[in-house]
Amino acid sequence: MNILVCISKSPDTTSKIAFTDGNTKFDENGVQYIVNPYDEWYALVRALELKETIGGNVTIITVGNAADESIIRKALAIGADNAVRIDAEPTDAFFVATQIADYAKKNNFDLVLTGKETINYNGSQVAGMVAEFLDVPFASQASKLDVNGTTLTLEQEIVGGLQIVEVSTPAVVSCAKGMAEQRIPNMRGIMAARTKPLEVIAPSAVEVYTSFESYSLPDAKKACRMIDPSNMAELVDLLHNEAKVI
Amino acid sequence: MKALVYINTNHFAAKASFEAVTYAKKLGGEVTVVAYGNAAGAEALGAYGANKVLVESSINEADNQQITRLVASAVEATGAEVVIFSHDLVAKAVAPRLSVRLKAGLISGAIALPETGNGFTCKVNVFSGKAFGNVAVKTAVKIISLLPNSIQPENVGGTAIVETFNGNMGAVAIKVMDTKKPEGSIPLPEADLVVSAGRGLKGPENWGIVEDLANVLGAATACSRPVADIGWRPHHEHVGQTGVAIRPNLYIAAGISGAIQHLAGVNGSKVIVVINSDSEAPFFKAADYGIVGDAFEVLPKLTEALKNFKNAN
Ligand SMILES: Cc1cc2nc3c(=O)[nH]c(=O)nc-3n(C[C@H](O)[C@H](O)[C@H](O)COP(=O)(O)OP(=O)(O)OC[C@H]3O[C@@H](n4cnc5c(N)ncnc54)[C@H](O)[C@@H]3O)c2cc1C
Repeated sequence: MNILVCISKSPDTTSKIAFTDGNTKFDENGVQYIVNPYDEWYALVRALELKETIGGNVTIITVGNAADESIIRKALAIGADNAVRIDAEPTDAFFVATQIADYAKKNNFDLVLTGKETINYNGSQVAGMVAEFLDVPFASQASKLDVNGTTLTLEQEIVGGLQIVEVSTPAVVSCAKGMAEQRIPNMRGIMAARTKPLEVIAPSAVEVYTSFESYSLPDAKKACRMIDPSNMAELVDLLHNEAKVI
Repeated sequence: MKALVYINTNHFAAKASFEAVTYAKKLGGEVTVVAYGNAAGAEALGAYGANKVLVESSINEADNQQITRLVASAVEATGAEVVIFSHDLVAKAVAPRLSVRLKAGLISGAIALPETGNGFTCKVNVFSGKAFGNVAVKTAVKIISLLPNSIQPENVGGTAIVETFNGNMGAVAIKVMDTKKPEGSIPLPEADLVVSAGRGLKGPENWGIVEDLANVLGAATACSRPVADIGWRPHHEHVGQTGVAIRPNLYIAAGISGAIQHLAGVNGSKVIVVINSDSEAPFFKAADYGIVGDAFEVLPKLTEALKNFKNAN
């Protein structure tokens, strides 16, 4: 099975979120980038497990500039066979999806996997867009994925529950918790990653659909009001009369 | 602006649907709703400002490719300039597809009405709720996926005209083999009130006091990540940066330390109550009301106090 896994960088989950240039740019000062957890823990690891059981190839793709090669090497160290970097600043989801779809169209993948969202933009957009470009089925937010020939069996979250579905390849699947367990790269993987093929491709031209104009931070919380544990009637009263939430 | 709202089958009476229709109404133009399946109850969306509901009634199950085709044909039929979804699991699959199909920019996770004075921009949640972004859409048709609990539904009275609609949905590509829906539970992302607990509860056998409180309140239940990871609670209850992001009116957290990754998913909540035995727990810094105490004593007392309140009101 020929699998393409889309990976994105995201700031480490403990990063301080701040903005510069008049609140128009994310402040990267002191920020450590990681592979977006959903892409790494679920999409990539499940792709590797499938390859280990049924054979095939796992290619990772990211849209980003040269500085992002550290996350590419990390994904290769975990076990991907080869990598592709589309050499461009990922300006919005539509831009990223266009690049990935253009590459996927030329390279005949049975399966395109992504994480369910990135933890910085939380858009859940790229996978669905790629599926529409490729005109193939899209199983979103899958927590299990099994393959039998050209049939995929998936468990996916639906509004208020779970569903088991079947889809034929080629297909796009976005991966959520439950799909696999995080893998820590070992020394051999890290060494091997240095020599695995990394292809750098120029981006296709894309019309701008959306752009982030500015950012802001939530207002600081006012000090917490402490309530005596023996006086829950007071809390109920405050929730009703002051906060007006019950 | 003329708006089209997509509503899920059997969601004509859901609060998230009222929010989406109210949002569309506030854009100032004609509001059309598109749905598929059983049309019963669709006219009620008129109360929130829908002029017309188009229902494709020949099918009961559809996959995201088919729903995309349905919404695209409804956009064509109505000349809608803005398409609105409630940002749920269906929207997360359909809206991106529709963006490509219609060549329409998508705003994912909007939390406010658009600013249209100079272009078209909309506020969204980013960095898992740690910040907000203003997204500009440059395309003629715009798609907005609205986060639940972001605007207050407004009942303005009235009923909508319900019409059958032939949406050219094409063939099914995703076959549903089995569906599991827990009876009566409230979907977490849409819940107004949420009671959540963490490792401080010590074991799954102790969740009764959490559920008792949730039942009295009519709240959904949630949990911290380690609790879902060790299997004390189902994964869909895991909130935080790598779980579900929620913005209820009230979030009650018991025995949760308030790690940055947990806060990321819940700090959009209007009011946060924290119950923790450690007065130094970081969660108190993000809380509106705090109780330093043992969750095993505080939760039943709070449940009791709420029962008294409900009986008196
Ligand atoms: C990449 C990454 C992503 C993550 N994503 C998430 C996420 O999405 N969501 C998430 O929740 N976490 C996430 N985490 C984990 C997070 O860092 C914390 O470890 C986790 O939130 C802690 O869970 P907890 O508060 O239940 O447990 P603990 O940190 O063990 O805290 C238990 C709390 O209970 C209190 N307590 C103990 N006994 C009692 C009692 N009897 N009564 C009252 N209070 C009591 C203690 O004082 C303590 O504050 C992530 C971590 C990483 C590295």
